Amino acid sequence: MRVEVRYFATLREQRGRDTEQVEVHEGCTARALYHRLFPTIDGQRVPVLYAVNQEYVQAEHALTEGDEVVFVPPLGGG
Amino acid sequence: MVQMTTARLDPQQIEAAVAHTGAGAILTFSGVVRDNFGDRPVTGLTYEAYGGMAEAEMERICAEITARWRDVRVAIVHRIGHLVLGEISVVIAVSSPHRDAAYQASRVAIDQLKARVPIWKKEHYADTDAQWKANADSCEPAEPR
Repeated sequence: MRVEVRYFATLREQRGRDTEQVEVHEGCTARALYHRLFPTIDGQRVPVLYAVNQEYVQAEHALTEGDEVVFVPPLGGG
Repeated sequence: MVQMTTARLDPQQIEAAVAHTGAGAILTFSGVVRDNFGDRPVTGLTYEAYGGMAEAEMERICAEITARWRDVRVAIVHRIGHLVLGEISVVIAVSSPHRDAAYQASRVAIDQLKARVPIWKKEHYADTDAQWKANADSCEPAEPR
């Protein structure tokens, strides 16, 4: 199944794009997808919150077909 | 009332959105671009938002505030795009029959906005490259990275 990932701020710059369609397996979690799309050698990643379809979800949230997924890096509003 | 805009913010106009004859107190907070971060000179900021969710999260904050203080009205407007020194990045207007609830609600609104609303800020410095800068009170993930 496919989900749409949108990137913002530092992750958009790291990824070099705003959005992409990604193929994921059934039951893939938000955290698993983040780790897959942003692999590291030393395990250091930008700490993120997870949003699916414009609401925060837990890292273990299982994705479903057509979800809009955003990894939310540390915020700077205000 | 919540809004995200690239236009200059006018606190008086936003205040009008919460004003009514039963309001004995109106409190308007403006967040302003300042010229330094610690000892580094800042020349401006660029704000980026996750459009749609940012407004939805601001609406949720407003709903939480009006559930807690029934007579309070609140408006939150955040500017995005490039801002120079002295420009207003966010306005929170709160009205209430009495001042106590207005002060409390205003504080909750800005604290929650900084912690939850998906908006990011890039700082432009006089001396080095620009950097994405996190709020000290941005929500931290409660799980291992």
